[in-house]
Amino acid sequence: MFDQIAANRRRSHLLIFCVVLLIVGIGYFLGLYFELGEYAVFPALLFALLLAWGSYYHSDKIVLRISRAEPATKDEEPYLLNTLEGLSIAAGLPMPRPYIIEDSAPNAFATGRDPQHAAIAVTRGLLDKLNRLELEGVIAHEMSHIRDYDIRFMTLVSVLVGTVMLLSDGMLRNMRYSRRHGSGRQGNPLALVGLVFIILSPIVAKLMQLALSRQREFLADATAAQLTRYPEGLAAALEKLGADTEPLEAANKATAHMYIINPLTEHKGWANSLFSTHPPIEERVKRLREM
Amino acid sequence: MGIGIVGWVVIGVIGLVILWWIATYNRMIVLRNRIDNAWSQVDVQLRRRYDLIPNLVETVKGYAGHERATFEEVTKARQAGIDARSVQDQAQAENLITGALRRLFAVAENYPQLRASENFMQLQEELTGTEGKIAYARQFYNDSVLGYHNLIQLFPARTVANMGGFKPRDYFEIEESGARGPVQVQF
Repeated sequence: MFDQIAANRRRSHLLIFCVVLLIVGIGYFLGLYFELGEYAVFPALLFALLLAWGSYYHSDKIVLRISRAEPATKDEEPYLLNTLEGLSIAAGLPMPRPYIIEDSAPNAFATGRDPQHAAIAVTRGLLDKLNRLELEGVIAHEMSHIRDYDIRFMTLVSVLVGTVMLLSDGMLRNMRYSRRHGSGRQGNPLALVGLVFIILSPIVAKLMQLALSRQREFLADATAAQLTRYPEGLAAALEKLGADTEPLEAANKATAHMYIINPLTEHKGWANSLFSTHPPIEERVKRLREM
Repeated sequence: MGIGIVGWVVIGVIGLVILWWIATYNRMIVLRNRIDNAWSQVDVQLRRRYDLIPNLVETVKGYAGHERATFEEVTKARQAGIDARSVQDQAQAENLITGALRRLFAVAENYPQLRASENFMQLQEELTGTEGKIAYARQFYNDSVLGYHNLIQLFPARTVANMGGFKPRDYFEIEESGARGPVQVQF
């Protein structure tokens, strides 16, 4: 567990470092391409540092906002709050801030930068479709993401990788536009490298996102079973979630990996393969039942 | 002529032993504090349950006034819980309370109007939630005790525990029969 926490801290720092480097690199090549001179790096650096700072302290709020999660109170949602409080006691952690997503697709995720600044969001569908023991299993799974600092890394990936994808998307479009209109220099080999870089970066970002979550989900399932002492609760919950075909509307590609099961519709078909962010549900259920 | 190589080695070994001693001692303090903290968590939840019980009894009385024996049993068990001083007494009292409450809810099954009342449903959710929290707090407490025992009872740390006066603590054990586990309430 402590290794896991240390590894997540390290990965988070590495991720921030890489993204800052990537953005500065993009800035540098853009500067060359548009002949703005070497100083074009500095605005890029400033932007990258601001982004890093902002995403470290505020990415939980951004992710919650994107997912249309609303804070839940004890009076309105005693069922959720009681369950949450029980499992924070079991994990020996402060209680995360509870949020509700008004969507009938059952799903949940946790976010934040550490256990002291954590939040758990569940959909209305999750509360309606699961019984207490199943809900406890799901919440316990999210609590273990919080305890092991998975949330910090996963949330940073959402915001940083999301931004990089957005940036290179925009730049690619911009570049095609300017080439068609005759500005910019074609012959510079460095600019060509830069172009390759810009095309590559979203792919790299996507790969990173894929690599991170499969093992993590198995581990969180195991820890959840240890917290509730009742693996069947989570196993039954996962089966229910897997059988539900409704897509979650507020989820997108940047946040999909944070949810307990893939919230996008594609998980029914080919995605149960090498490129999936989540391990197949049958495999997770099987491992839980074997405990 | 200094103290020679052997002398330095002896001093080094003594120094290491002292460092280990201090580290182990401090670790025991940390774990013992964790147990106290875990116990206060249990205590908070137990008190929450004591506070809810009179409300519940009053609510049920309003619909099923003649089930006197059940009410008395619940009230008595609650008092035993409040009076308990040691961990073992507390555990025993909690078993009584859990049993008595279960019978109270079974009685409530026979009164459809009671079951449908908003107040009763809220109390039932609160009590179920609190029982879950008690179970989890108990689990965390027992895990803390286990970690502490593993440290103070194994050699060589055991010697540190003996000299520092670190005593074993009691586990908070309750009957497993249904306190946790897949209990489905059928309506």
